[in-house]
Order: sequence, then C-alpha cells, then structure tokens
Amino acid sequence: MSGSARRGETNRGTGRPPTVRPLLWAGLCAVAPLLAGCGKAYVFFHPQGPVAKTELHLFVLASLIMGAVTLIVFALVAVAVVRFRERTNRSARTAPYTPEYGDNRPLELLWFLIPAAVLAVIAIPTVTQTFRLAHVPTGGDPLVVDVTSLSWKWLFQEPGQHIATVNYVVIPAGKPVLFRLTADSAMNAFWVPELGGMEYNMPGEVLPLWLEADEPGTYWGHSGQFSGVDFEKMFFTVRALSAQGFSAWVQQVHRTAKPMTMSAYNRLLVFGTTGEQTYSSYPPGTFPSQASGFGLVGGHYVPVTGGDGGMATSLTATAAANADPAGA
Amino acid sequence: MTPMPHFAVYLIHTLFPPDVRRPTEIGADVMMGVVAIWIFVHMTRHHRWGWLWHEWFTTVDHKKIGVMYLVAALIMLFRGGIDALMMRTNLALPLHPVISAEEYNEVFTTHGVIMIFFMAMPFIFALFNAVIPLMIGARDVAFPRLNAVSFWLFAFGAALFNVAFVVGGSPNAGWTAYPPLTELAYNPGPGLNYYLMALIISGIGTTITGLNFLVTVLRLRAPGMTLMRMPMFVWSALNTSALILFAFPPLTVALLMTLLDRTAGTHFFTMGGGGMPMMYVNLFWLFGHPEVYIVVLPAFGVFSEVFATFSRKRLFGYDSMVLSMTAIMVLAYGTWVHHFFTMGAGPAVNAFFGVSTMLIAIPTGVKIFNWIFTMWGGRVRFTVAMLYAMAFIPTFILGGATGILLATVPADYQLHNSYFLVAHFHTMLIGGTVFGLLAGMYYWWPKMFGYSLRESQGKLAFWLFASGFWVTFGPQYLLGFSGMTRRMDTYPLGLGWHSLNVVSTVGAFIMGAAFLILVYNVLWSMRHGVRDQTGDPWNGRTLEWSLPSPVPEYNFACLPTVGERDAWWGVKEAFRRETGADEDAAPTPQVRAEDIRGLHLPRNTAYPFFLGASFFVFGFGVVFTWWIIAAIGFAGIACTLVYAWFDHDEHLPMPADEVRHHEATLGRLLA
Repeated sequence: MSGSARRGETNRGTGRPPTVRPLLWAGLCAVAPLLAGCGKAYVFFHPQGPVAKTELHLFVLASLIMGAVTLIVFALVAVAVVRFRERTNRSARTAPYTPEYGDNRPLELLWFLIPAAVLAVIAIPTVTQTFRLAHVPTGGDPLVVDVTSLSWKWLFQEPGQHIATVNYVVIPAGKPVLFRLTADSAMNAFWVPELGGMEYNMPGEVLPLWLEADEPGTYWGHSGQFSGVDFEKMFFTVRALSAQGFSAWVQQVHRTAKPMTMSAYNRLLVFGTTGEQTYSSYPPGTFPSQASGFGLVGGHYVPVTGGDGGMATSLTATAAANADPAGA
Repeated sequence: MTPMPHFAVYLIHTLFPPDVRRPTEIGADVMMGVVAIWIFVHMTRHHRWGWLWHEWFTTVDHKKIGVMYLVAALIMLFRGGIDALMMRTNLALPLHPVISAEEYNEVFTTHGVIMIFFMAMPFIFALFNAVIPLMIGARDVAFPRLNAVSFWLFAFGAALFNVAFVVGGSPNAGWTAYPPLTELAYNPGPGLNYYLMALIISGIGTTITGLNFLVTVLRLRAPGMTLMRMPMFVWSALNTSALILFAFPPLTVALLMTLLDRTAGTHFFTMGGGGMPMMYVNLFWLFGHPEVYIVVLPAFGVFSEVFATFSRKRLFGYDSMVLSMTAIMVLAYGTWVHHFFTMGAGPAVNAFFGVSTMLIAIPTGVKIFNWIFTMWGGRVRFTVAMLYAMAFIPTFILGGATGILLATVPADYQLHNSYFLVAHFHTMLIGGTVFGLLAGMYYWWPKMFGYSLRESQGKLAFWLFASGFWVTFGPQYLLGFSGMTRRMDTYPLGLGWHSLNVVSTVGAFIMGAAFLILVYNVLWSMRHGVRDQTGDPWNGRTLEWSLPSPVPEYNFACLPTVGERDAWWGVKEAFRRETGADEDAAPTPQVRAEDIRGLHLPRNTAYPFFLGASFFVFGFGVVFTWWIIAAIGFAGIACTLVYAWFDHDEHLPMPADEVRHHEATLGRLLA
C-alpha cells in the first residue's frame, strides 16, 4: 500500500513514468539477500582482528574482479541467446546466420589473455598475503596457547600462565596469540570466524595459527572438520580481555581453580561432551613435545616446550579410558 | 563348537544391529521388498527372465551396456537425492531433528559417495558407451568383454555399498573418510569396510573402463578420422580416460591401506604406532582432484556437441577447445593440495597450489567464451538439451568465480569446510556435471532408444531443477559467510542460520519434484514418445546421427570414411548443394550391397557377471571379516578368471547376407 502511495508521490514530483518504481523495487528485492550481508550474523563480513581483516579484504578484491567478469559473461550469453534465437518466421530474421564461422585466432587469443590478466591481479596479492600471514608479526611477543582437540571438546593450555581451560579460552586483546594445534582424537579444525581462518588439529602434528582480537569481547568458535557423532557440539568461546583484565583473570584462576591431574586429563579423553572447565595447572606430557610431519614452519615459532611422554602417553590413555567407560 | 541358537543370535546381531533398525531403514526395507516382489512377479508372469539374461546380463554390446549404466545411474540419483532431502529436512528443523546425529552422519557419507561414484561415474560411462564408438565409426569398444567386466564390477560394487544401509550399518566418516576417524577405535563395525570394499571393487571396473576407452579412441577410429577431426565429446572421453588411468590407483592404494589398518593391524594412517593420517589426505586428493575433472570433462564434451547442434553452426574455436581441454587434463594433476591449505603445508606450498588452481581458470575461460561464440551467428533452438547447456554457462561461471575465491589462499582459511565450500562444489557438480549429463541424456535418448523424450515435460523438469538449484545453494553461500560448517546435523539458534537453511530446504524439495517429473517424462515417453524415423531428429553433425535409431547391433554396415570434422553435417551439406533441397533436408544414407562384407561381433558371455558376483561375495566376507566367505568369493574370482583365460570363443560371425537383409528392412540398402 505504502509502495503505491509513494509511487504516486514520485510521479507528481518528478514526472517519471510509473513503471520505473516497481522495477526498482523488484531489483532491490533481488539484491536483498546480499544487503543482508550487513547483518551481524555474517561474521565473515565483521572481522574483529587483523588476520580476519586481511582475509576479508583479499576476498572482497577477488570478488569484485570475478563479479565483473561474471557480469560480462552473463551479458554476452544474454545477447547471444536473444539475438541469435531461431525465429519461426525465417524471413523476419535480422541477425546474420554464419554456419561456417568457427575460427577467429585474435579473438581466441583474447579469451586466453583476459583470464590470465584477471588472475594475475588476484594471484599477486594472494601470494604476498599468504606469506605475510604465515608469520606472527615481529615484536609482538605473542601469547602461546596450546590447543588439543578431543572427542568432542577443546582443551586449551597456556604454557606461559600454566593454566588449562576446556571449551573456552581467555586471551588478551590487541596482542597476537599463537595457537599451536594438535589433536588427541580424530582430526578437527580450529576456527574462530570473527578473528580469522581455520587450521587443522591433527594427531601427531603441531600446526601453528596466529590470531588477534582488536577489542575485548567474546567470539564464538567451532570445529571446521567433522570428527564423529557429537562434532556439531564442538562450539567454544574465545574471551578477549584487556591487558589488565587478562592478568587479573590469570591470578584469579591460580587462586581459585584446582590443578588438572592426569586422571582429569584422561577423563577428557573419554568420548563425549562436557561443559567449561578451568584448571590452575596441568600435568606435563599432555601436549606433544615433538611433532612428525610438516609440523612447525621454519624457525618462526616459539619452540614447543616441556612434556616428557608426548603422544605415546596420551594414546595409551585414550585406549584405556575408552576401554573402561565405567572408570570415567 | 558354538551352539546353534548362539550362532543365530550372533548372526542376527551382526547383520542387523540396533542401529539399522531405525524407522527410515525399515521403511527402505519394506519399499525395496515390495519393488523386488513386484519385479519378480512381473518378470515371471511375462516370462522375461531368459530375455533379461540373454539380452542384458550377458551382453557385451556397448549400446546395451550404456543403457544398463544409465538405468543404474538414475536409480542411484534417486537414492542420493533421498539422502539429500533427509539432510535438508533435518537442517530446516534444528530444534526437532527428524534423524539422529548417527543417522545424519551415515546419510551425508552415502550421499557423497553415491553421487560421485555411483551416479556421476556410471552416467558418464552410459554416455561414453552409448555414443563414443558410433562417433568414431567403430563397431564396438576395443575390449568388449572387459567393458562388460567394468559394468558388473561397478554394479556389484554399488550393490555392496547399498546393502550397507540395511545389513550391518552404513559408513559414517564422510565421502573423504579421513583417518584416524576411520580407525577401528573410532569407527568399529562393518560400515566403513563397506565403503572401502565397494570403492575398491567399483574402482577396478572404472580403471578398466578408462583403459578401454583410451584404446578405443586411439585405435578404432574410422579411416580418415584424424585426432583433430574427432568430435569434442570424443576428445573429452580421451582426456577423461587418461585422467582415470592415473588418478584411480592412488585412491585404490589409500583405501587398501586403510583396510589393512582396520583388518590386519597395520599402522599406515593410525594415531600413534608411526601412522600418519596426513598421508591419507594426500593420497585421497591425488585421486580426488583429478576426479573432479573426470566428472566435468565429459560434460564439457556434451555441451560442445549440444551448442553446435542446436545453434546449427560449427563449434567455435575447435583447436583452442582441444588445447584447453588437454591443458585442464594436465593441470588437474597439479592442484590437489588446494583441498587442504589449512593443514599446515606452509606458505610456499600453499602459494604454489593457489596459483596452479587459478591457472585452471584460464583454459576453462577459453572454453566458456568459445561456447558463447558457437551460438554467435547461429540459429539457437531451445530444446531441453540446449536449455541445460545455456543454464550451465552462468552457473558454471559463478561456480568458477567462487572457486577462484577459494583458491585465494588467505580467504580459503575462512571459507574452507564452510557452507560456502559446500555451495561452491555443488554449483560445479550440479551446474557442470549434472546439467551436462542431463543435456546428454535428452540429446542422445532418441539414438539410444529410438524415440524422443517429450520436450514439454522435459522443459518443466528443467525449469524446476534449475530454479530449485539456485534456491537451494544461493542461501548456502550466505550460510558460509555466517560461519556454518559442513556436516553438522543440527545447530544452535541465535547464530542467524535458521531462515537461510529453511530456504535451502525448500529449494531441495523443488529439485526433488523436478526429478519426479523427469522420471514421469521418461515413463510417459516410453509409451507415447515420438519414434525417431530418420535417425537424425536434431539435424545433428556427427556420425552417430547418420545411423538409424536404435542403432543395429553391428553399428555400421560399412565403416565410413571421414573427410572432415562434423562428418555427417558435411555429407548433408553436399546433398543439399547437389539437390538444392531445403536446408533441413537430409539424405537417408544408402549402402551398396556389394560393399557389405560378413563381420564378427563379440559373442555374449556370462563370465563378467559371475566375476562381479564373486567380487561381491568376496567383498561381503571382508566387510564382516568372515574369512571363509571371503575365501569362497576369492575362489569364485580365480575360477572365473581362469575360465575367461581359456575361453577363446569370442567372436560371433555375422554373414554378409544377414547384414544386407537387415539394412534392407531399414531401407538403407541400395538396390
């Protein structure tokens, strides 16, 4: 109703033909899902840290270029289909019919050069940003968090603070955080969309991922890799605090929480889910001391510390814990 | 000695554990039982068992094998589609999921496996078998019996995989089956063994098919058909076969090693014990990425034929089409790491594979422009096949654009395993492969069966399918931006995922409706479809349209001599010039009686069927680690192979008079 009233108004005001407005509305409805990208639910478009921002900017650059290419091709298809469609009355045909037109070397070369040029524009920043994101910014003195994915929960250990938490992690805002990822279970992928992209947690390997939260806040994360029956419950939260808030939290944990014992760790290995847990310390050897495979890249990361048993200990524990669920 | 009742209890508990006694399984059991009984009664009442055995199960005729592949592919499309609808229903109702997490995991696993291995692959082989020998002017494929072996290995592999749904339990680790989730400690029971054995068995068949068509195209072309005169669909078969030949072995090896981990206690990919799960991922995608091109290159071939025929114009840029398709074939081997940028390979490796992935867009872009320019200056007819081809270009461009976004390595860190990825590969696999296969089906249906599918019904199915596709997958791109990861059976409210999921589910049901209309289209046309009297209903360009529909058993009474590309179009143009006939007129090709010589057809044989059946028994034994049954199956395999080795009675002579008589009844014998 209001639409038609507005249309009348516009007609009086500008004297535009009345058909324009409905078309405009139809167009707006068509792009409404895209405009909805402004909604807060589209976490990818609301980056809260430098890593997520870099990833989004590259995505936007590539999307604009590819979008332009896509539109050009759409237009070409539309012209070809409309102009060269078969008419029932052949004499009314206006478009030329050239059945032997099958070669045009300069044009074919152009097809080759257009995508090549377009891709070069995308590929160059892709390569430079890939290398840039692989290194923690120098001078940042990152907080190290060891992340172990278990079936189906997340264990966070902060070796500098001697604190272990389950299904949530507390970090300082405005400072890079180096997550070192491994698994004592099937593979998972550690993903906090507002802070940046994911990296896999794989048994027997320790993979690095650095993220940073610009502002204090709570950011949700989830596993990006299917890992079994309760995989969809593997949500966790990242709480970024101010520098003072973070040290206050560390002191508070040391005051109030109990230490994690080996049996508490073994209970975490039992298949199932759990709520949030906090520990003021954790036993050595629950994070692997060495990794096979690709592992850490070059010497750019803080070496993995401590631990005498490594994976062997925790593997045996997995088997024992799951063989005897009553012992849980 | 186990007492008998104990044994029976063990058997029932193993074959029908509680997790296959769910309502959906029981419903499927009942439905399959009813269908089986109906088929049995129908076949018996009409005395069709002998016909089924002699005409189909023992056939080595590539055209009939093509039909069997097509039937199997459509049945599997139904099964995979039902799986998809179950998933979509669950995701529309996050608070009241209709199926449990356990069942959801099985359903997305079987959906992926069936759609790739038991729908797309046989559909492709259906089209290859139906027309490749006809297009190159050959009487059959290079190894007709191996062709039947391929089909029966595929068919029994698919049967073994589908049995899992009701006997013993389905696989539930995703179609990629990454370890250590596939380890016994995480995944006890026979489900995953079904996956491994079914893919190993059908994979052997697929590898043989690749070999068969490679040799067929290289060795059996009619005189004068040089490589650069081959129709583009034949080029796609050649490139696809080359990809199959080198891509399937890594898969078979990875699956065998996983099977050994599960049954023999080895430690290839296990947690601990020196196992390295990462290596499975490499082996799988060494196969998996070429596989993407294995399923899309044939679609490219179909589109090249369809665009040219229905634009009534020669294919634009043939040379660059050949060059770009071959380039894709080569590049396909150099991009597999882009499936796991987020597995810590390091910036140098990631950058290399990001750029190599982008490179593939160059030859693909060349092809897209060439297809558009094939329409340029033509007369475009909107048949069902052409509608699928025209819908393919925008869909594939968008899928390709999102593929470039995923190849942009840092962006991939955010989009990997999100619904953006799910939407991307469905855009490629449906917009590319399925549109292509359906276009091919509508295009060649008259050649395969002798009558056309009704266009009006086909167009209705097309519009529903194409629009349902966008309603389904458009929202999934947005879900990716909202951070939804794939393979979740349900999700919490409050993340803004619900409404988009509901829209996506509505789209999936629209696609389901389109499939039902397509089936109705086939059934209606079987009774009332227009007979193809001329053999050339579309005014086609390539050799298969010079033959009557359906094609006689021996294909060509006399092998044709080819003087140019689009050989049949050339014959028709010459005829039109000479007679001054209408531009749609076509001659009925005539053969001189004295040119016809006696020929040899490959003789029917039952051993491919028994070989497949033995593999099924062997596979079933391995799945449950019942080694006695496995040994029986293995003995069956060995005996069949030994029999086949000594069976030299391969040729069925067909006297020249019989061929002459047949050609005369077709009205193609020059008196």
